[in-house]
Amino acid sequence: MRGRTFFLYTALAFGLAFLYGPILSLVIYSFNASELVTVWAGFSTRWYGELLRDRQVLSAAWLSVRIAVVVATIAVTLGTLAGMALARHGRFLGRTFFTGLITGPLVMPDVIIGISLLLLFVTLAEAIGWPASRGMNTIIIAHATFCMAYVAVVVQSRLSGVDRSMEEAAMDLGARPVKVFFTITLPLIAPALIAGWLLSFTLSLDDLVIASFVSGPGSSTLPMVIFSKVRLGVEPTVNALATIIVGIVTFAVVVSGVLMHRAEKRRQADIQNAMREAGY
Amino acid sequence: MPETLRARPEKHQPWLDASLRPYIHIDAVTKQFGEFRAVDRTTLEIHRGELFCLLGASGCGKTTLLRMLAGFEHPTSGRILIDGQDMTGVPAYDRPVNMMFQNYALFPHMSVEQNVAYGLKQDGVRKPELKQRVGEALEMVQLGPWAKRKPHQLSGGQRQRVALARSLVKRPKVLLLDEPLAALDKKLRERTQFELMNIQEELGVTFVVVTHDQEEAMTLSTRMAVMERGQVVQVGTPSEIYEFPATRFTADFIGSINLIEGRVKRVEAAGVLVAAPQLGCDLEVTGATQVREGQSVCVAIRPEKIAVAPNAEGAGPEEGAPNAVRGGARNSVRGTVRDVAYLGDSSVFRVDVGEGFLIEVTQPNLLRSLERKVDWDDAVVLTWRADAGLILTE
Ligand SMILES: Nc1ncnc2c1ncn2[C@@H]1O[C@H](COP(=O)(O)OP(=O)(O)O)[C@@H](O)[C@H]1O
Ligand SMILES: [Mg+2]
Repeated sequence: MRGRTFFLYTALAFGLAFLYGPILSLVIYSFNASELVTVWAGFSTRWYGELLRDRQVLSAAWLSVRIAVVVATIAVTLGTLAGMALARHGRFLGRTFFTGLITGPLVMPDVIIGISLLLLFVTLAEAIGWPASRGMNTIIIAHATFCMAYVAVVVQSRLSGVDRSMEEAAMDLGARPVKVFFTITLPLIAPALIAGWLLSFTLSLDDLVIASFVSGPGSSTLPMVIFSKVRLGVEPTVNALATIIVGIVTFAVVVSGVLMHRAEKRRQADIQNAMREAGY
Repeated sequence: MPETLRARPEKHQPWLDASLRPYIHIDAVTKQFGEFRAVDRTTLEIHRGELFCLLGASGCGKTTLLRMLAGFEHPTSGRILIDGQDMTGVPAYDRPVNMMFQNYALFPHMSVEQNVAYGLKQDGVRKPELKQRVGEALEMVQLGPWAKRKPHQLSGGQRQRVALARSLVKRPKVLLLDEPLAALDKKLRERTQFELMNIQEELGVTFVVVTHDQEEAMTLSTRMAVMERGQVVQVGTPSEIYEFPATRFTADFIGSINLIEGRVKRVEAAGVLVAAPQLGCDLEVTGATQVREGQSVCVAIRPEKIAVAPNAEGAGPEEGAPNAVRGGARNSVRGTVRDVAYLGDSSVFRVDVGEGFLIEVTQPNLLRSLERKVDWDDAVVLTWRADAGLILTE
């Protein structure tokens, strides 16, 4: 018994070390005073200051955030519609085909998505003159395409957990389908929409491969800038930048976790109260 | 199982009035799910102000029939008329019916008040009137103080009442209730049954209630339809169905009953004589039945219509001797008590009348006594009037 516990803890420690060790060393080295990334020369916040003066990094970060916000919003809108169609509209012609198509981008290699979209944009530009140049717009379209697939899957699974009779009750009370969607379905799947939005935001912010294919001159996203910097040798500013991103992500995860935990605890307490009042 | 009293001030029996048009007319409706026929050529006529129960075992198609009335499912063939209007092609949100769902289907993100107000808002009812009507509806189900609560903050019984208020607040012509009391515990269920009946009577709304609980159907309904495998096997008032079941299925499904197989020996003006090999004697059954001599039939007798008494001679049926003790218009059979169940208000006896064939007898415990007049392994005589039994051919 003891041996087993010991084994489990060791495995856990190794797993965590494997996952978070590199990140931890990255965070530590971001406070390195030395120019050389691998040599520790004392604590300093110098690279953070330098980062703030790096116009290229700042504008790339700003572009990435703008793209991610727009992409997440488009992906949630389209993905919700697709998820609704899959979960609620029973059988329609080509349903299986559509399901396959929706999950396609989830398993398709990024390189292939990138190349095919690039080809599409080039062909379109020749045929109808749009998009005249590649840049923010084409990146947004490319990202929305694959993010939407993730949202559709998330929304579909959440919808299958929402009792159909709730929507029927609303319809029974005189609400037309569109009204039912906005007053009942949407509030009920809101957690999935928020999750889908955050997921799309992260996926878009994170993507290097697809963006590289479909971006144009002067529209480099943050991952593209980092990647090109690293190719010339790892700079300590990259460590600082990565540490900031890790900090933001950790903060968001912790806050949403705490909020969800509190909401669930309150719900449980409410249910307990209701039972007690009813005299169980 | 005694029929519960219905405290109806005046006898309201619109189904007997041939000049009245039924309010809901289900006309040869069939619903097919792929190969499976959930509802099979069902025809029903339900009148205004009725509290009509659809009774049947789980899976017999009750919910499907109700959902077709509400407009969530569409008949594969046949049609439904409500107040003379063909409902084919009328979507759920345009029908003059409201439904109370089996799981209540309350909107979890809205308060009790908002749940009840939802239907009125769809009709564009203005603020002051809306407030008043929601208030009245909550008053009716005694939920005023809970108006601001969310559904998950309520007990099961309270949720049931929110669902009721929500479906009644629009004053529908017809209210459909799918197993309205199934989720409540026994005490609460009994109390709510009466509340439901009072509300129905007060508002005069036509109720169509689905239930698998025969006691509930007996208590609630003005009339009920017994369903089996997608088909309606009998329609009638609770007492009609209890006292004159049309088939073995209905007889067995409602309450308990002794079914004795036999063959018609003689048909007379007053009744018939049935040879019952399981009992080793002939049974007399009076009352109108269309049977021929020699036909296989089933004699059905309710347990409470049989009297049990100690056998005076103190001896069981002898080998070769006739089992019956004939006399007047009564059937008598000798037997041995195999089982006694004391239920407080009554006792149930299982009496072996020969070769292990058991007849169930229920006797009210009229006298307060700790002694049993009839006990395990006693030799007894069972008697019942010739008009207590019923001949079933199906
Ligand atoms: N949407 C559906 N698709 C396929 N079969 C269904 C559907 N709805 C109900 N059924 C089947 O029809 C039968 C009757 O169901 P239901 O009307 O819910 O029965 P009840 O309410 O009497 O228990 C069941 O066997 C059920 O499996
Ligand atoms: Mg059902």
